[in-house]
Amino acid sequence: MTTTSKIYDSAKTPWLALDEIQGLIRYKDLIFQLIRRNIVTRYKRSTLGILWTMLNPLGTMIILSIVFSRVFEIRGVYPAFIITNIVAWNYFQQTTQFSLTATLWGGDLFNRIYMPRTSFVIAMNGAGLVNLLFALVPLALIFLITHISIDLPILLFPLAIILLAIFTLGFSLLLSTLVIFFPDVAELYPVVLQGWFYISPIIFPETVLEDLLGGWILKLNPLYHILKVFQMTLYDGLFPSISQWMSAVFVSLFVFILGWLVITNSSRSFHYYN
Amino acid sequence: MAEPNQNTSIYLKGISVSYRIPSERVRSFKEYIIKRIQGKISLHRILALKDLDLSINKGEIFGILGRNGAGKSTLLKVIARVIYPTRGRVWINGIVSPMLELHAGFHPELTGIENIYLNGTLLGHTKKEISEKLDEILEFAEIGEYIHAPIRTYSSGMVARLGFSIATAWTPDILLLDEVLSVGDVAFQKKCEQKMKSFIHGESTTILVTHSPKLMELLCTRAIILDHGEIVESGTSSEISKIYQKRMST
Repeated sequence: MTTTSKIYDSAKTPWLALDEIQGLIRYKDLIFQLIRRNIVTRYKRSTLGILWTMLNPLGTMIILSIVFSRVFEIRGVYPAFIITNIVAWNYFQQTTQFSLTATLWGGDLFNRIYMPRTSFVIAMNGAGLVNLLFALVPLALIFLITHISIDLPILLFPLAIILLAIFTLGFSLLLSTLVIFFPDVAELYPVVLQGWFYISPIIFPETVLEDLLGGWILKLNPLYHILKVFQMTLYDGLFPSISQWMSAVFVSLFVFILGWLVITNSSRSFHYYN
Repeated sequence: MAEPNQNTSIYLKGISVSYRIPSERVRSFKEYIIKRIQGKISLHRILALKDLDLSINKGEIFGILGRNGAGKSTLLKVIARVIYPTRGRVWINGIVSPMLELHAGFHPELTGIENIYLNGTLLGHTKKEISEKLDEILEFAEIGEYIHAPIRTYSSGMVARLGFSIATAWTPDILLLDEVLSVGDVAFQKKCEQKMKSFIHGESTTILVTHSPKLMELLCTRAIILDHGEIVESGTSSEISKIYQKRMST
């Protein structure tokens, strides 16, 4: 027998958001297996394998540096600036895009057997996070080559990663729910991402972006606040102010809680749309 | 119907499942907004299960008979917690094992061993539990040294054997059987049958869904007949078998 016999009673589970957490605790080994599968199988057929998680941001950085380094004057060094942002952006972009189809991909399994509905999305985010950590290797290399000094604020960089991860997970949950009810979202999202890329401080220094967009549009972008603390602690070597931290914490927690409530409270009707 | 007690395995009360008619499905924002304005958001529904009550005790072997589209699979999915019913109360005591083909959980690029862990955790087992059963699963599946190769290199028979071995490595509290399993060659089918019989005559509660009243009478103690989402008959397996055959011949 597996575990102590469990009684499930639909009349006694009004808190779906908490129910899901309980389910995930019971299925935690599944999450690890799925994360492992996502990482191992993604590069299985390629010769360089997992090296691609490091080569990919490096390649993007080189292209963007060549294209833009003469356009902008930037304090510091452009390649290091770019790779910092690309690492964060790639994580957000790839994770949300994979998550979009994760619940659909799991559709067949979800129709056969019970498992927590958020499992696949969480596993996608976990795998993305591992890839992000790998991508820090070429980043360190570029910092070394361009003589970017690492200062004390780096100690708070892990916190910036955590906020980025929470934000990305929340957004992934929202998207993966939305796509069940409106499959067109899968086609629309890549276009949205392209626009999002250009209004976020990724290739453009913030000052340039402010001139282009105006300050309020810049700050309306939730990703801006997350990227800001990511850049400051890593590339700028500056301590973000309390209000900058507060904005990033608020944005990430808000999106996460919203995403969690949306997916857990609508997952019971997923089957009727699959 | 009495409240569930410690002998109850499955208890369903007033279960209804209603599906939208596919043509009324809204597939895009644009369509949604247009239909919303026109007031055409779908109200057309079909009932796959209608106000169904069912109570099954622990260790029972319970048969469900019915034609295609009678709601048998929907009922199994409600018990497996795959479908949350539109209305009604679902009470389940124990771990449900849907004995379906679980190839869907396999990844072709992973080795047999890796897939055992992936599939085992999909079934709700922990890594430790799988490690304990690993030898047994390997022995039963008869994959041999191929177990370390990616399963895209397996024959379909090997994949099916592996899937079955994982699914049956643990004695489930509640076993859901949809029709007759046919896995692998004749020798392996014999092994499967024996394993199933050991479950059926063991402590598991078994639900057998079938078209065949003979098979049902052979294995089950009690049974129901489903028709258009409703229980039209319920009784001992021999009674139900007779009624069903009579219904089918008329």
